[in-house]
Amino acid sequence: MEKSVVFNGKLLPYLLLAPQLAITLIFFYWPASQAIWQSFLREDAFGLNSEFVGLENYQALFAQPEYYTAIGITVVFSSLVTVLSLGVALLFATQADKNLKGGSVYKTLMIWPYAVAPAIAGVLWFFIFHPTLGTLARPLRAMGFDWNPMLNGTHAMILVVMAAVWKQVAYNFLFFLAGLQAIPKSVIEAGAIDGAGPLRRFWTIIFPLLSPTTFFLLVVNIVYVFFETFGIIDAVTSGGPAGSTTTMVYKVFADGRLGGDLGGSAAQSVVLMVIVIALTAIQFRYVERKVQY
Amino acid sequence: MANVTLRNVRKVYPGGFEAIKGIDIEVGDGQFCVLVGPSGCGKSTLLRMVAGLETISSGEIDIGGRIVNAIEPAERDIAMVFQNYALYPHMSVYNNMAYGLRNRRIPESEIKTRVEDAARILELGTMLERKPRQLSGGQRQRVAMGRAIVRQPKVFLFDEPLSNLDAKLRIAMRVEIRKLQRRLNTTAIYVTHDQLEAMTLADILVVMNGGRVEQIGNPLEIYQKPATTFVASFIGAPPMNLMPIEGVRAQLLGADAVPAAAGQLGIRPEDFELGDTVPAGGIGLDLRVDAIEHVGAETYVYGARQDVGHTDSLSATANDVIVRLPGVASPQIGTRIRAVAARAKLHLFSADGRQRLSV
Repeated sequence: MEKSVVFNGKLLPYLLLAPQLAITLIFFYWPASQAIWQSFLREDAFGLNSEFVGLENYQALFAQPEYYTAIGITVVFSSLVTVLSLGVALLFATQADKNLKGGSVYKTLMIWPYAVAPAIAGVLWFFIFHPTLGTLARPLRAMGFDWNPMLNGTHAMILVVMAAVWKQVAYNFLFFLAGLQAIPKSVIEAGAIDGAGPLRRFWTIIFPLLSPTTFFLLVVNIVYVFFETFGIIDAVTSGGPAGSTTTMVYKVFADGRLGGDLGGSAAQSVVLMVIVIALTAIQFRYVERKVQY
Repeated sequence: MANVTLRNVRKVYPGGFEAIKGIDIEVGDGQFCVLVGPSGCGKSTLLRMVAGLETISSGEIDIGGRIVNAIEPAERDIAMVFQNYALYPHMSVYNNMAYGLRNRRIPESEIKTRVEDAARILELGTMLERKPRQLSGGQRQRVAMGRAIVRQPKVFLFDEPLSNLDAKLRIAMRVEIRKLQRRLNTTAIYVTHDQLEAMTLADILVVMNGGRVEQIGNPLEIYQKPATTFVASFIGAPPMNLMPIEGVRAQLLGADAVPAAAGQLGIRPEDFELGDTVPAGGIGLDLRVDAIEHVGAETYVYGARQDVGHTDSLSATANDVIVRLPGVASPQIGTRIRAVAARAKLHLFSADGRQRLSV
């Protein structure tokens, strides 16, 4: 007979769950359902009354060529940021995992960018690479490179990608380092004795053993690029020049807050929500299956 | 197949700690060399230096006539079995064994033959597709062995390979390792802290302590003639009884027959008998029986010496003597017995225990 403590109270379990449920309901389900409801409404120009319009907002949205541009930009931006921030973090983590002098100082300093608020990080990068004020923009121009993220869409994209990657590398670094340290040293030594050089050891032993960490970070990073890079984009380029850095989440803000089209903005939110849910589901379904051990 | 020679090998860590203080060992082709010692004695470090996983601060390591100091582990033509097996958790048993061969660009058909041969010898044939986590401890151990033998290396290195197994399996695997090494006739260096494992496996036994070699030799020779008190108490279970010679010098017939430098006397528990008459030049100790251990074939009697002041403390002191008696017949607790040993059975050491003296 297994002994287990049984509480007969009907109320207690609900009370214990209540705080978590309240947070989820108030901060997630309520706004989400509001967004869905809003996406079926159209407000008048003064915001005084709204009218139910069914799927009209969605029809208008998908008729907009700018929306497809924003989707394309999001695909470019999110794949660049995810791949670069994971790649750079993995490179740094493998280097920091070696026994280095001052390794712990290096590791601590690596974490700092994560503590910087996205908007602040954006402002920093904005000033560093400002075409006329920027400390790093000036040498670029001196070398004859016509650096101008204020006018050139590609430059603007490079700048926001760098800022977003810089911000996220710290977080990924931390997880990769923990993942690396969890790999038994003797397994890697066995690889060395088995005749695998450092690169081959990395790709055949270390990388597969890191795959649970990589998978987790992939999910977190995709959510990060879709939503949390908003602050950086707003501070660095405000979606410009000419919408060349307007990602889907930035367009939600631009159309809703700046353009006053709450219904259309809500419809975009819903589309975004569906995409992220789908991406996460796909990742869990297919990628996780390949994750080793 | 190769000789392994260590010449004045030292290991000094950056902090200045000297883990290995100048060691010379010579292992002949096909011999089984066991490094034994208490934890922290440097035996694993020494093995890792032979493997190339630790740098050599000074001295030379020679494998098959080639100085390997500056050679990468992969190029040394050695295979190592780790204490925690260090199997690749994401690879099947087959791939674990094939990995080292693939890295050496051996044709896939040859790999298949070698892995299947090894699997047959180690009785792993039905498990080639499994992952290490689906195996028991003993099976993982076999896979680790298999990974070493498919490589057909010059030297096998074993780093406490049996210490994660239960007692029964440990004995079985011990025998298997010895048989396998004989069959393949490959030079082996084996690290353990278990003196029984060391005694049973070794052609050459190296007893280490504090980064130094205490004694090198044939296991029986070391058992019969330990060079220092450390070896005397480390090799053999229960350990040799060691006592200051002062209290018993008079007993040893003609005190001048005992070297003046002698400071400590040692007698193995099995070299005692019960008896009234002390053999000429031998020793007789009056003991009060404090505890008795029956292990079936023999009986260990823990006695307190009555000829010197004895405290009633429960911990073993220099005044406690262990006597091994055959069978189950044994004295009662609290009774007095006299344990005697012949002159030839005595071991004499200098006062600091670092030197063996002739009896």
